[in-house]
Amino acid sequence: MFKDLFRKQRRYATIPSEKAKKEVPEGVIEKCPSCGTILIAKELEKNLKVCKSCSYHFPMSAQERIQSIVDVGRFFEYDPDLLSEDPLSFPNYPEKLAQDKEKTNLNEAVVTGEGTIGGYPAVIGVMDPRFRMGSMGSVVGEKITRAAERATMKRYPFLLFSASGGARMQEGVLSLMQMAKTSAAIEKMNRNKVLFVSILTNPTTGGVSASFASLGDINIAEPGALIGFAGRRVIEQTVRQRLPEGFQTAEFLLKHGQLDMVCSRLELRDTLIKILEFHA
Amino acid sequence: MITNGYLSFEKPLVELRAKIAELEKFMQDKSIDLSDEIAILEKKAEKLEKEIYGNLTTWQKVQIARHTSRPTTLYYIKSIFTDFMELRGDRLYRDDQSIIGGIAKLDGRPVTIIGQERGTDTKDKIARNFGLPHPEGYRKALRLMQQANKFGRPIITFIDTQGAFPGIEAEERGQSEAIARNLREMAGFTVPIICVVTGEGGSGGALAIGVGNRLLMLEHAYYSVITPEGAAAILWRDASKAQEAAEALKITSADLKALGVIDEIVPEPKGGAHRNPEQQAAFIKKAIVKHLNSLLKLTPDELLEDRYQKYAQIGNYLEPSKGSR
Ligand SMILES: [Zn+2]
Repeated sequence: MFKDLFRKQRRYATIPSEKAKKEVPEGVIEKCPSCGTILIAKELEKNLKVCKSCSYHFPMSAQERIQSIVDVGRFFEYDPDLLSEDPLSFPNYPEKLAQDKEKTNLNEAVVTGEGTIGGYPAVIGVMDPRFRMGSMGSVVGEKITRAAERATMKRYPFLLFSASGGARMQEGVLSLMQMAKTSAAIEKMNRNKVLFVSILTNPTTGGVSASFASLGDINIAEPGALIGFAGRRVIEQTVRQRLPEGFQTAEFLLKHGQLDMVCSRLELRDTLIKILEFHA
Repeated sequence: MITNGYLSFEKPLVELRAKIAELEKFMQDKSIDLSDEIAILEKKAEKLEKEIYGNLTTWQKVQIARHTSRPTTLYYIKSIFTDFMELRGDRLYRDDQSIIGGIAKLDGRPVTIIGQERGTDTKDKIARNFGLPHPEGYRKALRLMQQANKFGRPIITFIDTQGAFPGIEAEERGQSEAIARNLREMAGFTVPIICVVTGEGGSGGALAIGVGNRLLMLEHAYYSVITPEGAAAILWRDASKAQEAAEALKITSADLKALGVIDEIVPEPKGGAHRNPEQQAAFIKKAIVKHLNSLLKLTPDELLEDRYQKYAQIGNYLEPSKGSR
């Protein structure tokens, strides 16, 4: 039965695909939103989209993230043809999905698959904040659940990179239930003693932070990432207080015991390889 | 919006009933026979009642779900079960009274009960934070559910919250982690779990005690990924468009049944649970007993797998390579 699932995998020789590469014009410069330094896009990309002057971590697409983590040419995508529908007939949802597909060259807000990292096999999931703010609807929930199930079956560690505004409003309560569905799949991994590493990147909030993203055997965050359950404005309006400095940042969570570590993107791959080695 | 416990859309009915009462009093005082007139008005009232309560809009249902006189979890605990013994505290930080829990008997069988409790009078409501839990509330719930699992007691949860409390300390103490952990742990228990949405099902803060083998919902309760007000603010930058957002989000019991999320709609007395709390409790009890009896036939492993499959099947997507779903 599972052979069947793998037959339709798409092979990624290089990531991003040639098509995606062509869309980025050569020689473009980017301004760091944190320190204002002007950076050469090509160099920025080489530095894994980390500002060399202040270490600000720029957002990464799913394609870029996969390329930065897995061994070259060693990634096989799962379920690339799962597509969102519009179960609630929600205003403008199909149009927004179409726009984001066009913009990101992705079918949905998460890419899952398997590959090797430093030679160690692993199941990998990467959310893309450009697609509906990385929000979790039925497809995201289903892809993460299937990835976790395959990790359990193959006894491969599961590395999941979160970047999400939370549950997807346009699929209503179906999105909410994906929190339970994905967490149940993580429970199965847990019971079968298979390693789950959650990497929380900017932003990881709401229903994603309150489900699988917080459930890693090891929880790692990128520096400065916004991580939290409730939105800042909602909290401000509720408690009528100023929020403390650095509230809901990765560093804030580390201090409050919610993370195992905050790890620079430049050291992330090596850190993950070390973790995989400990559990090999 | 609420006058003397009546909601604005009930006004024509309330006025008609008042008129009937007036005529009845007049008839008694003056010994004049008005029974024909009264009978006509009674018929009219019945028709109006059917019209109003038979065609409630989503927003009207939300108003009923939020009604200040709507029975709360503690009322249901006392009416449906016997020998309730409250057990308190998360053993980590404090006792969060927005979630109540303990052991009781359901027709003689020990069960563990968990529920959000929004409180009844002002003082009680403040003490219970209006039913908006902090992480320690969810951690208390988890402790009591783990205890139930250890001793093989079925778990019954009552969901009634606008959501998990959005506060500074709640974030500091790991609101996300507390909710997430409950979702994972509830998925792994080997006892029957029945969850009942009695009023407001507010997003992750509701779901955190809501992963069950059976999910039941009161007729006029709502269950949503975001409050209608919150959705309106995001969609139209205007919280006053909550009525439209409520419709778009598909949050009623009938919607959730159609979406395959809930297993049964528990009927409400005409006008809502607050019109006849005793009858409401009886309806809920009947549904719980029915589902519990069928779940008690399953082995621990079957209960776990039954719950896993329930959630695995929720979702709506296309998969061209396998036919859609
Ligand atoms: Zn910079």
